[in-house]
Amino acid sequence: MTVNIVKKPDLSPRQQALFRVGAVLMALVCTGVIMALLGYNPFVVFYKMLEGSTMTLYRFQETINKAIPLVTLSLGSAVAFKMKFWNIGAEGQFYLGALGAAWLVFNLPALPAPVMLPVMMAGGMLMGGLWALIPAVLKSRFGTSETLVTLMLNYIAIKFVTYLQYGPWKDPKASGFPKMPKFGDYAVLPKVFGVHMGWIIALAAAVLVWLLFRRSKLGYEIAVLGESVSTARYAGMSPTRITLTAVLLSGGLCGLAGMMQASAIERSLSATLSGGLGFTAVITAWLARLNPPAIVAVSFFFAMLLQGGSYLQTAMQIPSAMADIIQGIILFFVLGSEFFVRYKVHFVRQAKPAGKEAGA
Amino acid sequence: MNSFIPSLELYLQTTAQMGTPILFGTLGGILCEKVGHLNLGVEGMMLMGAVAGYMTGLSSGNPLLALLAAGFSGAFGALLYAIVTVTLQGNQTVTGLVLTTFGTGLSSFLGKSMVGVSLPASIQEAFSVRTIPVLADIPIVGKMLFQQSPYVTVALLLAVLLWLYMNKTTMGLNMRAVGENPGAADASGINVTGCKYLHILAGGFLCGLGGAYLSLVFVPRWQDEITAGIGWIAVALVIFSTWNPLKAIFGAYFFGALRGLSFVVQNLDMSLFGRKVVIASQFLDMLPYFFTIVVLVFITMGKKAENQAPKALGNAYFREER
Repeated sequence: MTVNIVKKPDLSPRQQALFRVGAVLMALVCTGVIMALLGYNPFVVFYKMLEGSTMTLYRFQETINKAIPLVTLSLGSAVAFKMKFWNIGAEGQFYLGALGAAWLVFNLPALPAPVMLPVMMAGGMLMGGLWALIPAVLKSRFGTSETLVTLMLNYIAIKFVTYLQYGPWKDPKASGFPKMPKFGDYAVLPKVFGVHMGWIIALAAAVLVWLLFRRSKLGYEIAVLGESVSTARYAGMSPTRITLTAVLLSGGLCGLAGMMQASAIERSLSATLSGGLGFTAVITAWLARLNPPAIVAVSFFFAMLLQGGSYLQTAMQIPSAMADIIQGIILFFVLGSEFFVRYKVHFVRQAKPAGKEAGA
Repeated sequence: MNSFIPSLELYLQTTAQMGTPILFGTLGGILCEKVGHLNLGVEGMMLMGAVAGYMTGLSSGNPLLALLAAGFSGAFGALLYAIVTVTLQGNQTVTGLVLTTFGTGLSSFLGKSMVGVSLPASIQEAFSVRTIPVLADIPIVGKMLFQQSPYVTVALLLAVLLWLYMNKTTMGLNMRAVGENPGAADASGINVTGCKYLHILAGGFLCGLGGAYLSLVFVPRWQDEITAGIGWIAVALVIFSTWNPLKAIFGAYFFGALRGLSFVVQNLDMSLFGRKVVIASQFLDMLPYFFTIVVLVFITMGKKAENQAPKALGNAYFREER
């Protein structure tokens, strides 16, 4: 028996989406089987996760709280990915954004919130953007791989925040505990409908990124540059200028996510502020095919997984790491399913060695 | 001054121990990248190896079985990665990150019940420090190289063997060809897919062993996320060592020394030109990542062919689209 692989005609977006939903369902079946083998009833576990992430107002708000930074970080990553600039530094840019915001809070007098919050946002976006600019400059000057540089910069950023937390920015009033002072109320994002107003900002960012991709000159340039540098150059675009602008924007959005998390959730800065969301965002952005509305939906789904996972711990004494495992399995399936979106696989009963040679 | 040499010897001994898991992870990463696959799942595979090794060690008391379990579960993680990226041509960066999430979750899930349970004596005995007479008395480096757990020694030997394999055997040459130009390798009759699977899985096996070194020998207890980012240092070191297993030894020990330093001293006090300078341990922790960026910039600036990344790194190979 031989296997023939044939390229499919391009599927419509709807068919592609169906493929991915199908992959997620298969992954859920697979996780269900694993859970059953471990001695848990999968239906109960899935139900509990749903219950823990949506079924009371408080838990639903918690899910939204997790979705807000994830949406913003994914949007940031998507802007760079669109250009095929593999910025996996969302985590580091997030911390730099939070750091910028915290620095302003610690060093400015107590301004009224309507002044303070925009200043903090600007500071966070600027710091996140500048941090992302380092790999962009290295790439356009020397051709250094941005994937690896952004990855390394994540750890440098986290270590630097740790240093500040244990060193110069430690709260002297915290009786020796290594933590930073809390922000005053004037530096905390207010709540709208029970959830901090970051949800409005995140949704607005999604609309803006959508407009950027679909309606703006810069978005068009980013897409062209992503497809081919030489085409962009031939059309009279400046790859360096486009790269730097887009990366500044990408890092800026990630920095904004950091500012919001520091202001509204932690009310301070700490080295555990993100909890790895910056890495999850790379995955969610990719999963959503860099499409802003899909990013909102996928991020919400992942926030449900995270929130539902931590509920499993209290409700069923199942370690919350279960959520990571489920996440991993779903993603392996979706990543693998891309192949079947693009290619048709035929199993041919009779081996035809001669035909295979000729085809190869 | 009298206590300086003994404490230096002790420090170097710790350096080798700190460097060993990094070395395993790096060798695994080199194998994978040399066939053109960037695997960011090193941390995940190390954690899978760590938990499987500890579980098997705990239940069987057999050190060899524990090692095999660790290696094979690392290879299992690599198999998932290979199916998605080699056969199904999925995105390597994302798949690697997913593998790390998956491995972290799996190890934390399975390890929950083993927190606070200690290993049977047979395991501790098998991996305990052996002193090689005479050689261990060599000043300064004697203790580092010859008064160690056999696990540390094996890592060194593996690095040398891997270098010989890559540079002196036909299979090693084929493997490098696949990472440089899979199309040409295929045309010359090399089984590209088979070669990729073999080396990615072998790399996963080594990563698994590296993780188990931490849980079985170095710590040796179970704790959540026992690798504490060593997998990422290994990813960095693959580049830092310019894909060369021998340089990886020095790199791993160098980074091990830095980690050791931040372990020993919270803050490093020095006097520089008569002024007191304090370097916080977090800055020492940053150095591996910082150096890696510097090296990365240098190798992309310089054009020495032997230092370059494998040409096809990160690209899927599909015969029909050649």
